[in-house]
This record gives sequence, structure tokens and C-alpha cells, in this order.
Amino acid sequence: MKKINKVKIKINGKKCLINQKMTLKKVITKFKIPLDKVAIELNENIVDKRKIAKINLRENDKIEIVHFIGGG
Amino acid sequence: MSDYLKISNKKFKSRLIVGTGKYRNFIECAKAIKLSGAEIVTVAVRRVNISDKKKPLLMDYVDPKKITYLPNTAGCFSSSEALRTLRLAREIGGWKLVKLEVLGDKKTLYPDMIETLNSTEVLSREGFKVMVYCSDDPLMAKRLENVGAVAIMPLAAPIGSGLGIQNKINVQIIRSQTKLPLIIDAGLGQASDATTAMELGCDGVLINTAIAKAKYPFKMAEAMKHAVIAGRSSYLSGRIEKTTFAKASSPSKGII
Repeated sequence: MKKINKVKIKINGKKCLINQKMTLKKVITKFKIPLDKVAIELNENIVDKRKIAKINLRENDKIEIVHFIGGG
Repeated sequence: MSDYLKISNKKFKSRLIVGTGKYRNFIECAKAIKLSGAEIVTVAVRRVNISDKKKPLLMDYVDPKKITYLPNTAGCFSSSEALRTLRLAREIGGWKLVKLEVLGDKKTLYPDMIETLNSTEVLSREGFKVMVYCSDDPLMAKRLENVGAVAIMPLAAPIGSGLGIQNKINVQIIRSQTKLPLIIDAGLGQASDATTAMELGCDGVLINTAIAKAKYPFKMAEAMKHAVIAGRSSYLSGRIEKTTFAKASSPSKGII
């Protein structure tokens, strides 16, 4: 069986192991994130949500996904 | 007579802005907003809970197509954190009207006005319409206006304190020097506080804790709605002059 290489990334501060060359879009889909209600940062740079299918994730990438919550 | 709250060319009928924090759940929050009549609500930007996919979302209960979301920077203690937060907020769906607050002290939640001023300037240059939580210092309010703020939002008292307006004179001075919307943000506790703010000539008030943490939030939401309307009407009516001695209300002519 072909071995799939895994890479370590962080999503919202939590460590995750994902398949190598997984795109940002696949990660968003995996966690069932409603794309129209969030903003995404990759390594502290804001990501254009229209381009997430073209972004391959790498070892030690840090993703932040934020949304609106109640606040004053 | 049409009387609107105008912020950055957008008109609102209600002069009450409410926060969406501190409610027991989103259902309660949505009902309180409806009863308050508010057309603008503040919201915070936070991480999505990726381990609980079924966690309810604010946007499912309070429709941003019907109610204007005003993203804030609550919890930010530096300009860089505030800028990062609002740039993300804009990315969620094009929000340009934002509420900036850069805090300077955890105990009082007083704004750090140096960081606030710098952030206002940067954000305005980037095309944001910045409503600014600030101290009630007239000089700083003027500086905020000079760097592009679209609304001045001085605190009445520390956030969540419910103390009411502590420095009416400063609020009046700020009112007299600016044509920008002046909105009291933070520290109001009861309906009469909101009325007082409006009677001082403020264009609106922003209330969260006083409604959300009242024993009966829905009743307080309604009370605040009426208090703001009453205060505004009172301000526009032109109150009588204060005098030291009495002036009889009934004519003396014809007394038996």
C-alpha cells in the first residue's frame, strides 16, 4: 500500500495532521466550515476565499478561521 | 419631520444601537434586538469552534441582510490586533462600517487613545468607515475627527458598569464642536441614562449589558427603545430655561 505522507499544521491554535499537498479548500470542507460566514488567515495573511482551491498547505502552516459572535 | 441617524451617508430610523453579547442564547439575543427596534448591532470577531460543528452561529439568528452588523474590536489591546481583527471582519462579507475599540487597561477597559487615534487613521486610509469608542476628552474627539472617524463614541462610564453618564459637561462640549454622529458607548445602566444622553444632544446610544443582563432583558429592550425616542424628542423640543424661583402655572388674574 502506498504510504501517504502527513504534514503538521495548526488550525485555530489546534494541531492537526493532514495529508501532504491537501488544499485549504479541502480542509475547510473537512471541518464543514460555512465559507460565506468566515474569514481565513494563512500564516497571518488574509486569504482570498475564491482562491482556496489553489492553496496547498505545508508543514507548520497556521490557519485562523474567524466568524462573528455576540459582542458589545 | 423626518429625523434620521445618519452615519457615513447611511440613514437609520432607530438611534439605538445594541450589542449582541452576554445573552443566554441567540434566540434571546434576536428577540431583544427586535423589541429594541435597533437597526445596527455590534458583533465580535472570534475563532470558529472547529471541534463543534453544530454550534449555532449568530448569523443564523440575526440576519445581516436585515440588521446592519457593526464588527467591533472588543478585546484588542493594541493597534495591530485591532487592525488585524477589522481586516478579517471586512473579509467575512465586505463590512466597511466598523467599531474600533483599542483598550488600554483590563480593570477599567478604558480606551488607549494613542493606539485608537493611530488605528483610526490607518483604517480610514484603507477605506473603512470607522466609528470610534473613545474617552470623553473633547481634544481627543477632535483629533479622531481630523483623522477620518465617521462617528465619535465616548464612554459614559466604564464598559458594563451601568453607572450612567459621569461627565455631562464633556459630552456637551464634544457635541458643540462636532457635526459627526455622537453616540454614547458603554456605561449606561437604565432607561433614564439613555434619555439623558439624547437630551444632551447625542445622536444615539449603544447599549449591551444594560439590556442583556437586566432581570428581564426584553422589557429593558423596550424601555431603552422608548427612552431614546423620548430623549431625542425632548432635545428637539427646546426645553425651558431653568430658574431659581417658581413661576406659577395658573394665571393670577381672576383669583377669588
